[in-house]
Amino acid sequence: MIWLDTIVQGILLGGLYALFAAGLSLVFGIMRLVNLAHGDLIVMGAYLILTIVSVLGINPFLAALIAMPIMFALGWLLQRVVLNRVLGPDILPPLLVTFGLSIVLQNALLEGFSADSQRIGAGLLETASWNLGPVTVGIMPVLTFASAILVIVGLNQLFYRTSLGRAFRATSDDPVTASLMGIKPAGVFAMATGIAMIVVTIAALYLGMRANFDPTIGPARLIYAFEAVIIGGLGSLWGTLAGGIIIGVAQTLGAAVSPEWQILAGHVAFLVVLLIKPRGLFPRAYD
Amino acid sequence: MISRRRLLKTAAATGFVTSTGGLAMPALAQGATIKIGYVSPQTGPLAGFAEADAFTIDMFNKVMAEQGVAVEVIVKDSQSNPNRAADVANELIVSDGINLMLVASTPETTNPVATVCEGEGMPVISTMAPWQPFFIGQQGNPGDPASWKPFDYAYHYFWGLEDVIAVFTNMWNQLDTNKQVGGLFPNDADGNAWGDPNVGVAPGFSAAGYTTSDPGRYQNLTDDFSAQINAFKAASCDIITGVVIPPDFTTFRNQAIQQGLSPKAITVAKAILFPQSVETLGEAGHNLSSEVWWSAQHPFTSSLTGESAMDLANGFTAATNRPWTQPIGFIHSLFEMAADVMKRAADPTNADDLVTAIRATSLETMVGKVAFDGANLPPFAAQNVCKTPLVGGQWRRKDDGTFDLVIVDNATAPAIPAAGKMEALA
Repeated sequence: MIWLDTIVQGILLGGLYALFAAGLSLVFGIMRLVNLAHGDLIVMGAYLILTIVSVLGINPFLAALIAMPIMFALGWLLQRVVLNRVLGPDILPPLLVTFGLSIVLQNALLEGFSADSQRIGAGLLETASWNLGPVTVGIMPVLTFASAILVIVGLNQLFYRTSLGRAFRATSDDPVTASLMGIKPAGVFAMATGIAMIVVTIAALYLGMRANFDPTIGPARLIYAFEAVIIGGLGSLWGTLAGGIIIGVAQTLGAAVSPEWQILAGHVAFLVVLLIKPRGLFPRAYD
Repeated sequence: MISRRRLLKTAAATGFVTSTGGLAMPALAQGATIKIGYVSPQTGPLAGFAEADAFTIDMFNKVMAEQGVAVEVIVKDSQSNPNRAADVANELIVSDGINLMLVASTPETTNPVATVCEGEGMPVISTMAPWQPFFIGQQGNPGDPASWKPFDYAYHYFWGLEDVIAVFTNMWNQLDTNKQVGGLFPNDADGNAWGDPNVGVAPGFSAAGYTTSDPGRYQNLTDDFSAQINAFKAASCDIITGVVIPPDFTTFRNQAIQQGLSPKAITVAKAILFPQSVETLGEAGHNLSSEVWWSAQHPFTSSLTGESAMDLANGFTAATNRPWTQPIGFIHSLFEMAADVMKRAADPTNADDLVTAIRATSLETMVGKVAFDGANLPPFAAQNVCKTPLVGGQWRRKDDGTFDLVIVDNATAPAIPAAGKMEALA
């Protein structure tokens, strides 16, 4: 039953990657902004949750609820004050700004929290598992996967059922025409980054509960998140989930052959998808 | 072998040094300030190794001022980056005009700095990296032992892989196991050195009767260890070992418990070096074992301050409000070495006099005796390397959630007292 187990673990791993990628996908889909500081923002979120947990002594899930509005406000301000100024026809300035932001965040966290490995304690939940006959699944990975699905369902509802979502889609398709219709792209972008930061907070919660984190750990997961977004197709959130699962399963299958193949197998799967469907699996926007 | 060209070069260089030395003589009168360069990873992933820097240098400056020695320590941050470490080493030598270089904390810091110093003819004392990566890693062709050459200016003291093998197997021998060992070796400098099937730890383990099952190198910061867990289950491993970074170890440990892998011993290097990393594991950290290079219980005293290891650890905790960690003793000893060498050198501003003094070192330090006499070392490394004692320890969880490092095996260094017996994992 080792193959079944490998695939199940891969799907659960894909949920984690999708959760890391969802915020990235949202921002990338709406304003074509490649946020290189995404991983560091997740780590910052983890430190925020950790601080709330240790100051108030509450459950990490509750702490994440408190962290969400704070992160939303930070995201809104970040977009308003910094990123909106550099968005334009040239893609290089926002790339450089987020790259710089990534370095600033890492060193600010190092100053504030030192280089110690930290962890958001989740008690028994950390190691609990369900025995489902042929496979055993950890409760934490299952929760991660379920949260990824909930986040994507929620974001889809927001996109297709609310006026804000309509504004998101309109601005994504054509910002100039959208602003003729009375939508202010700057405001829409700020809302989008704020919402992306809420998703970042959820990713941060699971990052912090699964394993240790320190200020420099952010960029490492960024590459899988990017690949998940690209495989899934621009602007498609379900595509991002599919992309995460494809990379996760490819990695665990590769690792089952030999751990040396783990990372390579994920990248190969990414290239194969791009060869067959250069726009990704489910592209929503064409540009 | 001295070639004609090298002879000419050396002659020219010595002539140059003597002539500038003569010119600069008045400025170097008695009491001239000796400059010590120190490269350390103060920021970045290795920053934990450098947390005692400021504490130690304060102590050093105070003692030197009391003894009336004019010395200035110039510290440069490597940012945990080997390229940056080489850059700042060059800066220290060329712009700051240092007389002696000190460097510590992992091959990523020691090797680039030592290589620069060797090239520039700057004496360097290095520590806190197993000697094989330090010595062999800096050779032109690490794969060909016949081509290995000793260094003229780079001197290093720490332990080696053979000591880790001895300590780990001694600890496991205290338990009743099936002698099947699972290895977690990542694809980085340490993982490749430890996991090498010919010169890594596996041949040493097998000499002690342990069979190693090594599924292969994995990438650091992996989020899934199911392949390794399945391989260790298939080999019914009672023991897990490896050289793992802290976040990966937490991921592995949790996933192993979720998947029902319950070994009798987990003995890993790196991941559980710092008490902060062990505390993040909670219950799952109890009775994890590791190699111990220094502890507050080590029976050594400082040649600078006369403090015992316990005094130093308590002083650090009092000054910084943080628990002691193993690097503190070694950083302290590095400055003991600097003070000792400066005092013994005929002219501490002369590189060759310093090297003569380093080679003649015989000093009881905070981490044991340092003497470059080649004891317990292969002949090729005898000139540049000195080994310090290594023992085995286990982390014991206390009721308040903090951990104590208890020395459970001292067969390799009986002078260091053992405070308990190896216990199997629950």
